Amino acid sequence: MLQNVDIDIHHLTRVEGHGNIVVNVSNGTIETCEWQVPENPRFFEAMVRGRHYSEVARITSRICGICAVGHTLASVTATEAALGIEVTPQTRALRTILKHAENFDSHTVHVHVLVAPDLFGAPSIFPLIPTHGEVVVRALRLKRMSHEWGSLIGGRTTHPVTVVPGGFTSLPSARDLKAMRDRLIEAVPDLEGTAETILSVADKLPAFDRPTEYMAVHEDGQYGLFAGSVETILADGDRARYDIKDYLDITNEFMVPQSTAKHTKNRLGSYAAGALARFNVNYDQLHPEAKRIAEKLGLAPICTNPYMNSVAQVVECVHAVYESVRLIDELLEVGIVEEGLVQPTRFASGISAVEVPRGILYHEYSYDDDGLCTEANCIIPTNQNHGNIQADFDELLPQLIAAGASEDEMALKLSMLVRAYDPCISCSTHYLDVSFVR
Amino acid sequence: MGKPKLAFFDFTGCEGCQIEFTNLGPEVILELLEHVDIVEFREAMTETTTERIDIALVEGSFTREKDRERLQDIRARSRIVIAYGACACTGGINALRNHQDDYHEYVYGEDARMPHLQSGPALPISAAIKVDYFAHGCPASKDELVRILSSLLHNDTPFVPSYPVCVECKRLGTVCRFDEGDYCMGMVARAGCGAPCPALGIPCEACRGFVDEPNLRSLETVLMERAGFSQERAVGKSRMFTANLRS
Repeated sequence: MLQNVDIDIHHLTRVEGHGNIVVNVSNGTIETCEWQVPENPRFFEAMVRGRHYSEVARITSRICGICAVGHTLASVTATEAALGIEVTPQTRALRTILKHAENFDSHTVHVHVLVAPDLFGAPSIFPLIPTHGEVVVRALRLKRMSHEWGSLIGGRTTHPVTVVPGGFTSLPSARDLKAMRDRLIEAVPDLEGTAETILSVADKLPAFDRPTEYMAVHEDGQYGLFAGSVETILADGDRARYDIKDYLDITNEFMVPQSTAKHTKNRLGSYAAGALARFNVNYDQLHPEAKRIAEKLGLAPICTNPYMNSVAQVVECVHAVYESVRLIDELLEVGIVEEGLVQPTRFASGISAVEVPRGILYHEYSYDDDGLCTEANCIIPTNQNHGNIQADFDELLPQLIAAGASEDEMALKLSMLVRAYDPCISCSTHYLDVSFVR
Repeated sequence: MGKPKLAFFDFTGCEGCQIEFTNLGPEVILELLEHVDIVEFREAMTETTTERIDIALVEGSFTREKDRERLQDIRARSRIVIAYGACACTGGINALRNHQDDYHEYVYGEDARMPHLQSGPALPISAAIKVDYFAHGCPASKDELVRILSSLLHNDTPFVPSYPVCVECKRLGTVCRFDEGDYCMGMVARAGCGAPCPALGIPCEACRGFVDEPNLRSLETVLMERAGFSQERAVGKSRMFTANLRS
């Protein structure tokens, strides 16, 4: 058992944004065990003030290059709530397909490029090209497909173009949607292959259980993507449901000294958001094929091992494909209809909650009578996970020390834990303390 | 002689330009890897290098004085530095805060003065180091990046247009946004993207910055006269991605 440990991982690799892991154990006593976030603050809420409602999503999309679709959708749906805009069923269906594309896209990068190298004992995906070429090519093929899947609807995936308050400025043709439907079906064997690959290295995922509160958007009609309401579940199955207008109370942000991002808590000292939280909260609404893959991968609700988040992401990829095929079929049956943008009926305040790859993203805006933004707030999923990562650290490190782990093993397990949450740190470094007038 | 060494570095930004690179697909990425070795790419690799780099792609804005040293180190080790994306080229969207004086307080409230939250104006990386080439745009066009890398690998000079986006809309036959009752900044925005935004029904926001000698007074006049903007909104609009390029 090590008496002295000194781990200082500056700018952890294979995560989005900048975070540090600092551990110091002296004579058997843990002096420091911290997940630190030194990312540069970004100030987006300040920057959208005075901007016209048509421009706001175009600015807030730039909060994140990975979940740009999610920020765009959260932004336009909050703006629509503020402006009294009710979008058409076609718009809702296309946005849902776009949301699925983003989750698939982000999960694909995370599982293959950020997580898999640890499971194969490689520092990155590149050394795997000679040894596991088919896995690398499959990863790049799935990434490219999901980029085209999202681009067909959003114009592009990094900062979408066509998604605006009131609807779409440009629609995909029925022919292109049909072609995408066929490509989604063709991708199923690649997903089965991904599951097989994970199974082949599943023993490398650490066995570590720490029950926490799991939080996700819940919808009655589908596996939650857009609010709805927010539901949480504890490891014993106890559920609580919240209205999204109470999001500031649910998320309870507070500042900590080691981080430019705030931490959050609800019923317990911290909570988890993201694929595993969604899986735990909304398992019943998963597509049967997704449930089948979950069973194959040994994932069942309520799973309390945070490392299994990456496995839950694979399950969600399967769900995304089958649900999108179903939605495309429904759209093609009716036919794609050119619709004008739905216009504002008022200028007030509005809130949205959208499930983006890493968890619940909240946006809130207020607009004046000229349609200019007066107040803005965005609460980011990674922000909601920082506290839970720290709580995992606090429990995992003593276990690793007691098990006689080496310093390198500890550093790897702690790095893998952070990566499992798929943090998106450049998003998370801002928060706001304002009182909205509703 | 080994293959040229390529490295990605990130500063203040959304890292979307790096993501665009991963969207190139297996054929392009594996072909590129026949010609270069990627030696550092923190978002995707644990490997790093302290050795000489042939081409450094630097993403993000320069916002904190303490980042200057890291930029200078990258410059000292790199034969060619490319500013990769709008944040690195011009300060990009981050520079929207540069004409505000209360952004710390607005976002961080009573914690605004905590030392680790300090962040100055968002500047292009050229404010700290010499930049050899610019891959403009938000996000940087992945196809243009391949063209730039291809030119450099062939010892050629990458071509970056300084004509406006209007030229590309005319080529595509896209109806002018002003004729659709909208506004646009394409007449002073640097082309090279292929004008996808107006073609999909939204205005050009000049994410690639301005042409070399933009007539900004005229831009404001057109926004007021043809799109009906107030003077305040016309001035603010023309700062969208280009706050550092204006007075």
